[in-house]
Amino acid sequence: MNVAVFVKYIAQGTAYTLGVTAVALPSGLVLGTLFALLAVYGGKVLRQIMTFYSTVMRGIPPIVLLLILYFVMSGQINLSPFWAGSISLGIISSAYQMEIIRGAILSVSSGQMMAARSIGLTRMQAITNVILPQTLRNAIAPWSNEAAIIIKDSSLVYALGVPEILRRAQLIGASSQSYLLAYLTAAIIYFLLVFTSSRLLGLLEKKLEIPANP
Amino acid sequence: MPKPILTIKKLTKIYGSNVIFRDIDLTVNEGDTIVIIGPSGTGKSTLLRCVNLLTQPNSGQIWLGDMEITAEDANEDLVRQHIGMVFQNFLLFNHLTALENVKLGLTKVKHLNEKVAEAKAFNELKRVGLSDRAYHYPGQLSGGQQQRVGIARALAMDPRIMLFDEPTSALDPELIGEVLEVMRDLARSGMTMLVVTHEMGFAREVADRIVFMEKGSIVEEGAPDDLFYRPKFERTREFLWKITELYGKQEGADTSSKTVLPEAPLEGTPVEGPTS
Repeated sequence: MNVAVFVKYIAQGTAYTLGVTAVALPSGLVLGTLFALLAVYGGKVLRQIMTFYSTVMRGIPPIVLLLILYFVMSGQINLSPFWAGSISLGIISSAYQMEIIRGAILSVSSGQMMAARSIGLTRMQAITNVILPQTLRNAIAPWSNEAAIIIKDSSLVYALGVPEILRRAQLIGASSQSYLLAYLTAAIIYFLLVFTSSRLLGLLEKKLEIPANP
Repeated sequence: MPKPILTIKKLTKIYGSNVIFRDIDLTVNEGDTIVIIGPSGTGKSTLLRCVNLLTQPNSGQIWLGDMEITAEDANEDLVRQHIGMVFQNFLLFNHLTALENVKLGLTKVKHLNEKVAEAKAFNELKRVGLSDRAYHYPGQLSGGQQQRVGIARALAMDPRIMLFDEPTSALDPELIGEVLEVMRDLARSGMTMLVVTHEMGFAREVADRIVFMEKGSIVEEGAPDDLFYRPKFERTREFLWKITELYGKQEGADTSSKTVLPEAPLEGTPVEGPTS
């Protein structure tokens, strides 16, 4: 058996893994940020709705939610497993990202909002110009953790038949009867992806750090 | 005929069953510097926040010039543009440089173009003596410098009145002077100011009128000399004595004056000291 061909076959799944992540992570961030803003600034009713949403979503295993969302979506519209899976993961992630952003918003002192309003900024202007820039900086570290989780959870779309890393590892493992080598190869690829993304986000955090005297 | 910039009528603020202040009447005329003094927890800061509509009063009215800002249909964002506010803990925008802090309101609220806004912001920083710190972030500035940026940020909006909420209470003693200096210049330049502070030296020197508040009411108000030397109420006398003693200054016992500061309360008399 040619090891190079073997590894290459599995590694070709990386495009799908990255693709799923590239859809799920940003869509989860947009939804999560929106939900967090509603939870913090939207008043009592919206806060309760968002808290309920987050509690339910985080209380169910991602694979179960993924299957439910997939079947709900594929029943309504004609979506490929890749898109259905990626969007579903994004929705699942939105609950976790909402909590990250909510925590980061609350860590920006309430005085910042007051000061922004005092010079005549509207609530919306204060959120976009003062609160969010500080919030997102605070959120990078916990968010990098969520990015790692999404990269790893992208393997769940395997259950929908998307030929990503794990799916391909299983296929070639079965045909070559080298399961251990196949899964180890998949493990190494996942690790490298997570490691690289964490490093990159760490650099981003450093770069965006607000200068201060020690 | 003095022209009132700020008129407060029968203003009342209640949190639950806790009366913060009741039936406050106060007028600030154009160019006046009014200093509000009094023990903490008497509603001084809440009063300022009501004026800036950061807190809703329960009843009463506030007029800015001849516009009632407590009216149902008042545009609070517009009102706040005309009222500058300086906070005890500065509250600069941490992610922006000093210049950007001052500029933000100019571009977003006044819709000036970048260049004009930047020039104006720079000028305001110059006015508070910080043009050499324009590109520093709040975390790189001392407390006194941060507060001066806070003043510049408020001034940049060309407010009709400036509110100061204990602007020096969070500062190290050696940094208080530079902030008071800026405020003094501002008062001299004719800015209308309403200041809550414990700085009695500043109050005596700069204030046109001092207002003594306690337990949610105005006990007494008048010219600094009247309040310091001829207070009408025993309570005013006691408070001024305590605060003078606390700050270790003989503000009241000016030797050139014929009147001497009221007798001190007996040593060891239990007193509730004013805290910041």
